[in-house]
Amino acid sequence: MNRLKVTAALAAVIAMLTACSGGTTAGAGDGPLAGQTVEVVGTWSGDEQQRFEQVLRVFEDKTGADVRYTPAGDELPTVLQTRVQGGTPPNVALVAQPGLVRQLARAGALKAVSGDVEKAVTEHNAGVWKKHGTVDGKLYGVYFKAANKSAIWYRGDALDEIGAQPPRTWEDFLAVGRAVADTGQAAVSVGGADGWTLTDWFENVYLRTAGPADYDKLATHEIPWTDPSVRTALSRLGELFGDPRLVEGGGSGALQTEFPKSVINVFGESPKAAMVFEADFVASVITTNTKAKVGEDAKFFRFPSIGGSPDSVVAGGDVAVQLKDDPATNELMAFLASPAAGEVWARLGGFLSPNKGIPADSYPDEVTRELAGQLVDAGDNVRFDMSDLAPAAFGGTKGAGEWKALQDFLADPKDVEAAVQRLESEAAKAYQR
Amino acid sequence: MTVAKAGRFAVDPTPGRSPRQAVPFLLPALVLLAALVLYPLVYSLVRSFFDRSGSAFVGFGNYVDLFTDARTLTAFKNNVIWVVVAPAVVTGLGLVLAVLTERIRWATAFRLVLFMPMAISLFASGIIFRLVYEEDPNQGVVNAVAVGVHDLFSAPSPYAGARPRDAVAFAPAEGGFTSTSTYEPGSAVPVPLVGFPPGQVASEASAATQPRAGARELRGVVWLDVSVGGRAGALDAGERGLPGLAVEALREGRVVGRATTGDDGRFTFPDLGDGRYALRLAATNFALPFRGLTWLGPSLITPVIISSWIWIMTGFAITFIAAGLSAIPRDALEAARVDGATEWQVFRRVTVPLLSPVLLVVFVTLVINVLKVFELVFVIAPGSVQEEANVLALQMWQVSFNTGGDQGVGSALAVVLFLLVAPAMLFNVRRFRRERS
Repeated sequence: MNRLKVTAALAAVIAMLTACSGGTTAGAGDGPLAGQTVEVVGTWSGDEQQRFEQVLRVFEDKTGADVRYTPAGDELPTVLQTRVQGGTPPNVALVAQPGLVRQLARAGALKAVSGDVEKAVTEHNAGVWKKHGTVDGKLYGVYFKAANKSAIWYRGDALDEIGAQPPRTWEDFLAVGRAVADTGQAAVSVGGADGWTLTDWFENVYLRTAGPADYDKLATHEIPWTDPSVRTALSRLGELFGDPRLVEGGGSGALQTEFPKSVINVFGESPKAAMVFEADFVASVITTNTKAKVGEDAKFFRFPSIGGSPDSVVAGGDVAVQLKDDPATNELMAFLASPAAGEVWARLGGFLSPNKGIPADSYPDEVTRELAGQLVDAGDNVRFDMSDLAPAAFGGTKGAGEWKALQDFLADPKDVEAAVQRLESEAAKAYQR
Repeated sequence: MTVAKAGRFAVDPTPGRSPRQAVPFLLPALVLLAALVLYPLVYSLVRSFFDRSGSAFVGFGNYVDLFTDARTLTAFKNNVIWVVVAPAVVTGLGLVLAVLTERIRWATAFRLVLFMPMAISLFASGIIFRLVYEEDPNQGVVNAVAVGVHDLFSAPSPYAGARPRDAVAFAPAEGGFTSTSTYEPGSAVPVPLVGFPPGQVASEASAATQPRAGARELRGVVWLDVSVGGRAGALDAGERGLPGLAVEALREGRVVGRATTGDDGRFTFPDLGDGRYALRLAATNFALPFRGLTWLGPSLITPVIISSWIWIMTGFAITFIAAGLSAIPRDALEAARVDGATEWQVFRRVTVPLLSPVLLVVFVTLVINVLKVFELVFVIAPGSVQEEANVLALQMWQVSFNTGGDQGVGSALAVVLFLLVAPAMLFNVRRFRRERS
């Protein structure tokens, strides 16, 4: 275990180091765009960088353009804003925060996509993705990579031990959880030390109890966090968080558990819990940190329906935006909007796309295929991660805003009133700016 | 510079006579200083009076924000704790260890070891201490030691965490569980338990069966009511008894009999008199194992981070104090010893007063260092307690860059931090100047 954490820490450090060194894909060949250079900035480093560069290489081979990819890691917003202000924007940026896209678009730093791109987006994606990429009536962004944040991962033998099937409703989920607790282990491990896992828990419950319409309103702070719908969602979530037998370590233990550890708690050598909730990237945490095999030992079911809610997915994603308007940039955007680009990465693994045009058999295994299928099938019931839509002061700051408010809620799940009051006061402060 | 060279370049050999000649020599340094130090300083000050976009002048608005924000006030409070505790402890430890190591043979090697933490970056040290204080005793060495020592004195319970299937029939009481109904001798009581991993039941345990009611004996069976397809509260195939579990018979609240379950989970009270008895599963069966302390929780986080800083900085203090120690006149110490002073008196009345200038410099340097502490808090505190562990430097970074960038308030924080450090720096600068003259 110790070695695991150290390795993880080292990996993080190495990732940061490599993030500083820019990567160049060898551009060559002759095509219609030979001699032109396109610069792309994104968050991906390490393995993901290599895979994305393979996608770009296909574009280079096709057009002859030279594409340079620079990874900026988590500091992408800072890097991008600095470069825009310095007057040297990259051609294309892949951004994970829709809020940043809106901000840049309104500041005039982004160029609306060309007609070809818009047509491709309309044709290959559910309407909701186009809506998310649109600012003030103009389409700026193409969703290239997506995350399915509505999956609950479980250890197959833990459910076999009690003879349970993956639950489909919230009541079933709690019942299975209690049955698991009878066997002396916790039902779920919650990575409460990282606030973002808690916002994802809340968003999934809220999307199911309040519905997509209210979800949109809460995301833009049109309704306050003291709204009855928020109270309902929190008290449903409290049914799980409030039972110390169901949550590994109880509330205080969960608050000391970081996300990777919560996955190891379920799939590691001495498992302490049976299930863990998070997005599709749990699979890669399992593969790198444990001996469990995704698809065999580690399986997933979709986040249970609450009160008969339809299949809905909370998603995240990286949206490609263009900051320059020249033929090479337009061509690259069109390429990223086409199924051909996503297909390249899909075959390499670790990738989901909202693009309907990507054939299901491009995904390398059953688990990814299913995750991608849910994302596409949920159609307009997909909602973007609310905390990514909120101002960063509220939805994206360690130890503050929504993260901290939900962490306080996890510590004392009975006190829904205190939680909504804190959420609302933090939100009011962040949204008024 | 040799005279010959000075002659060749025709520089005025007596310094300070020609300021105009000095200007070109000073210019590069001045330009660098202005660009890298003075400009950012002044810009921060100016920026702190503007709003987050940098376009509207808000006067002291940012400063008002800052002193009314709960997070910043927590950061202030923590900084005060840091300044009061950390430098004093490190200077004291440094002094004691420097004096002690002076006497031993391998002094240099010893000091080298103590100095080593200084060679590691604060970030890396933070990761190390994050692991050291991890709550899980399988990972955090501090809790591993605490649990090891604790378990030497009291063995862990055999069925930690187990509980009766039916919380009404057996109600929790004093850490154990007491039956709500009472039983007469001659009856047989089923006691299904859950909440224990079937894989951890002792290997000698055998299948649990319902005991027949004996004439004058109170009997029962305790088993783990967990199996695939098993019915709740019923003895199903494959469900095993829990051996070695202590059961007590109570009459009007007093213990009148004790029994231990056998391999099949059965227990028997052979000779209870007539009457009705309650059953109690003793607390000793179920006590949760000691798991150590939550070091990285909200209440202990600041002391924990301070302890790691002490580990890092003590080597620094030792090195400086040891250097000061070797410079104090030996004859003063010898004279004191000849006059019959004990070692303690020599230390208190001679060594410390002679060292006091060095101690002061070390202390003030540490105060400056403490005020800018950032990495350790950032790395060691888990996200859920970062608010409780917050310090000004971290708050400044979060406000300016992390939360979407309010560099107005961030600059105001930087200015406040600068004002807090300034007295300590002025003090050090004046000391150096006095020493030189």
